Amino acid sequence: MSFSITEPTPRAKWISGTLVITYALITLIPLVWIFMTGFKTPPDSISYPPKVFYEPSLEGYVNLFTTRTRVSPEALDALPPPANFAEEIVRNRNMVIAGPSKFGERFMNSVIIGFGSTFLSIFLGTLAAYAFSRFKIPLADDLLFFILSTRMMPPIAVAIPIFLMYRNLGLSDTHLGMILLYTAVNISLAVWLLKGFIDEIPREYEEAALIDGYTRFQAFYKVVLPQAATGIASTAIFCLIFAWNEYAFAVLLTSGTAQTAPPFIPTIIGVGGLDWPAVAAGATIFLLPVMIFTILLRKHLLRGITFGAVRK
Amino acid sequence: MTQTLPDRAAQATPPKVARKIKGLSDRAIAWIFVGPTIFLLLAINIFPLIWTINLSFTNFKANRTNRAVEYIGTRNYERILTDSDIWLSMQATAHFLIWTIVFQVLIGFTLAWLINKKFRGNDLWTTIIVLPMMLSPAVVGNFWTFLYQPQIGLFNYVITFFTGGDPSGFQMLGSVDLAPWSIVIVDTWMWTPFVMLICLAGLRSIPDYIYEAAEIDRASKLRQFFTITIPMVLPFLMLAVLFRGIENFKMFDLVVQLTGGGPGSTTELASINLKREAFEKWRTGYSSAFAIILFVTVFGLASIYVKALNKVKER
Amino acid sequence: MRILNLATVSAIGLAAAGFGQSAQAEDLTLCWAAWDPANALVELSKEFEASSGHSMSFEFVPWPNFADRMLNELNSGGKLCDLLIGDSQWIGGGAENGHYVKLNDFFDNEGISMDDFAPATVYAYSTWPKGTPNYYALPAMGDANGWFYRKDWFGREDIQAAFKEATGRDLAEPKSQKELLEIAQFFQGREIDGNTVYGAAIFTERGSEGITMGVTGALYPWGFKYENTPGEYDMEGAVNSPEAVEALEFYKEFYQTATPPGYTNSYMGESLDAFKSGQVAMAMNWFAFFPGLYADPDTGGDKIDFFVNPPQNQAGSTLGGQGISVVSYSDKQDAALEYIKWFAQPDVQAKWWSLGGYSAHNSVLNDPGFVDSQPFAGDFLEAMGAVQDFWQEPAYAELLLAMQKRMHDYVVADQGTAKEALDKLIEDWTEVFEDEGKL
Repeated sequence: MSFSITEPTPRAKWISGTLVITYALITLIPLVWIFMTGFKTPPDSISYPPKVFYEPSLEGYVNLFTTRTRVSPEALDALPPPANFAEEIVRNRNMVIAGPSKFGERFMNSVIIGFGSTFLSIFLGTLAAYAFSRFKIPLADDLLFFILSTRMMPPIAVAIPIFLMYRNLGLSDTHLGMILLYTAVNISLAVWLLKGFIDEIPREYEEAALIDGYTRFQAFYKVVLPQAATGIASTAIFCLIFAWNEYAFAVLLTSGTAQTAPPFIPTIIGVGGLDWPAVAAGATIFLLPVMIFTILLRKHLLRGITFGAVRK
Repeated sequence: MTQTLPDRAAQATPPKVARKIKGLSDRAIAWIFVGPTIFLLLAINIFPLIWTINLSFTNFKANRTNRAVEYIGTRNYERILTDSDIWLSMQATAHFLIWTIVFQVLIGFTLAWLINKKFRGNDLWTTIIVLPMMLSPAVVGNFWTFLYQPQIGLFNYVITFFTGGDPSGFQMLGSVDLAPWSIVIVDTWMWTPFVMLICLAGLRSIPDYIYEAAEIDRASKLRQFFTITIPMVLPFLMLAVLFRGIENFKMFDLVVQLTGGGPGSTTELASINLKREAFEKWRTGYSSAFAIILFVTVFGLASIYVKALNKVKER
Repeated sequence: MRILNLATVSAIGLAAAGFGQSAQAEDLTLCWAAWDPANALVELSKEFEASSGHSMSFEFVPWPNFADRMLNELNSGGKLCDLLIGDSQWIGGGAENGHYVKLNDFFDNEGISMDDFAPATVYAYSTWPKGTPNYYALPAMGDANGWFYRKDWFGREDIQAAFKEATGRDLAEPKSQKELLEIAQFFQGREIDGNTVYGAAIFTERGSEGITMGVTGALYPWGFKYENTPGEYDMEGAVNSPEAVEALEFYKEFYQTATPPGYTNSYMGESLDAFKSGQVAMAMNWFAFFPGLYADPDTGGDKIDFFVNPPQNQAGSTLGGQGISVVSYSDKQDAALEYIKWFAQPDVQAKWWSLGGYSAHNSVLNDPGFVDSQPFAGDFLEAMGAVQDFWQEPAYAELLLAMQKRMHDYVVADQGTAKEALDKLIEDWTEVFEDEGKL
């Protein structure tokens, strides 16, 4: 159909396009500002009026990854020339690099806990979703709703007994403890989403396989799993993003060994006051992967954020 | 699907493990598959919930393990329900909840409606708009405190650039009047795309022929909007409101980073209050009771709402 | 080869220092707040690493999160920290809940005497119940809340003349709280070198302990008492005395008339920022930061000077500072005790002071050269002579949170009167002590 009365006029398209793009640009400003602040020097970052044009500097990134101590100018002069650009930047502030900061460790904790819990939720979630989709399970509806309802609790409320339980089990501030907890939270999302994806795979495929002599188990992993691959991948990304962004449990149940980046980044400090370029640098490194994932996910985004309730 | 089923069957040489499982009935497989999930949920959700209920009737304090724990009946519940500070935090939560939903629905629906005009590049711009929603609220909220700084922050600067006046003349996070709105603004910035996406799905689910029929009946555009578009999108919109409502009732990370509940207690939402009681004052029994009250509230409200939603859907 | 090397190093270390308790080299983690003195302690601890063979790791948490995270760590029985330099108010909880190892036997065996440390610091940082010879920490860092100001601005003739005209007094370090406010109000909104500057940076932070530490800086000089009779928890008439009301009203007036805009939630970091960026003429902060401030290339040196919290009805400063404790959940308590033994030595304490830490050891403080060793050293001694601390009860966190709320509600959020705020505070505190079974 080349012409439709429901097709908007070119003028309507032009106006709506302009409005939406304007909104999109405004909404991007804070994110662009994070990115820009990461490349400012601390004085530039707190100058008035806010600087839009400035000489880019890596000081924020250097400060993010190092700890520094102030030394007297005399001691500074006595040092050998700086070995690399980072030392040079730091010495311009009358300081020397004392060692690496904790950011690397915290970031790795995020990676370990994020991927660990994602793997576990997807593994358990796929099995459960398949069972809910294909077998008659007594009280299936109630079970499914129950799985979902666990997401209605405020995280702080959940954290009270978990805190006590982990204290007794020695799981406080451990990777395993956080992986299990995030898995328990994520599994509701995983089961609901994956059940939707598996429901969409025609049963005939498996039935044909069963007739060909496959066992039920083989039919599951040789026929259903490959068919559900895209769904599993996008569910995995949603689980990963949740674990990646989570703050409340992390701040209450970890203190060092297993602390993830979200509770850490806001506490990056300079010598007196928050070091905004370093905070922005940390935020940039931390947010970028999620932005990339979001773009990859855009086809399944809606489904993920609504627990599969809306599928387009 | 490039392979046909017979191809797959040919490739499949059953491993030894499979032979053992072969004997299992579907029923057994079902329980093996569901079991671990149920177990995990029992261990990390249900058992703690029951424990919380139990604790809520005690005077237990998690930082005083060597003090005798006494059962004090419903005293915790009585104290919470008669505490004026708790009611203030519930009011702060309600203010936050209602206004974020109002703004997000209005802006979100408008955006969806505009995007549905299918201008060129609408997919790209939709993805860009969605970005804030996927980011870590704690990290982003923390950065917003920088944007909100009265003198050096971008927010005040941009506002006064358009309105005139002194950028340090008002404090978004520090003033009692503005702080409740500053958290509404950031939440709206983050979550409007959520409502927008769901509304967009709603709009796209309306078949063209309905509009064509209306056109034939010579219904005006405005009339079409109110008799077709709105009713058809409503169930979607209500679903979006349900999700946002539950999420913002639980709100913690974003606001705790932005204001920490201040100034005074003007933005101390229920979750922030709960965190203070449970993990700073360590009144574990008391805060368990508070947690149960919050859970019952959100569960009750959500159930009523879902009933209403189903009615709308049936129409 | 590596193991051998390590063993040799530690053998030499043991021989040199004469330690015999632990032959095993441990990796100790010391937890403290992230601030200037912590960097100095890292530097100082290198000597311990060399002499003992143990290696040191550090977990420094920024002040606004420090109490929250460390108390959480202790309450969860965590093993992150072997040594903890915990805030003075934690001592009651640390002792009663078994977080800290009791050090009496260790002190006796090693010949460490608490008489060698300044009495105010031993009382505040080490003992529980207060003032009894039961020690749960070694005084590590003496501290109090003090003030610093732009000496260069105070010395300018045009500013001095303007001040004389405005107030009839000479511009100098304030001798009372009211003079302090007068000076701050004089600077508020003044143009200096083309910039608008403000009076003073004070503490107004809501989330941790900021506003309480600031307000008590006014309450104590006015004669504020927590109880009528110490140990009786009879707060009516003490906490809400007319003097306390006047002091609280004073602090609010200070906040409203003499602080930079947007100063609604500020603590140590903000105070330092405001001063270093040339925004304020004066600022309150902990003595711990003074070495760093004095060394600052832009606003330090001859541009800065320091004064003790001015008296009003009496002298009084808010106590800061910490003792160092061994965490009872640690698996490396022997090595941790070695660290404390090493730290308590007079020569290590002397080096601690020279690196920018505030030693509480008498050999350092009573040294004839101490007062002149730094421009703030004399002020520090004066402040420590009249310090008061917040409640150190095991329920300290509840008591503090109540005060944070009532003070922020009144001073910053402008709700109710000073009397009402203090009355409500008594109600809150009474409830806490009732729950504790102490009332």
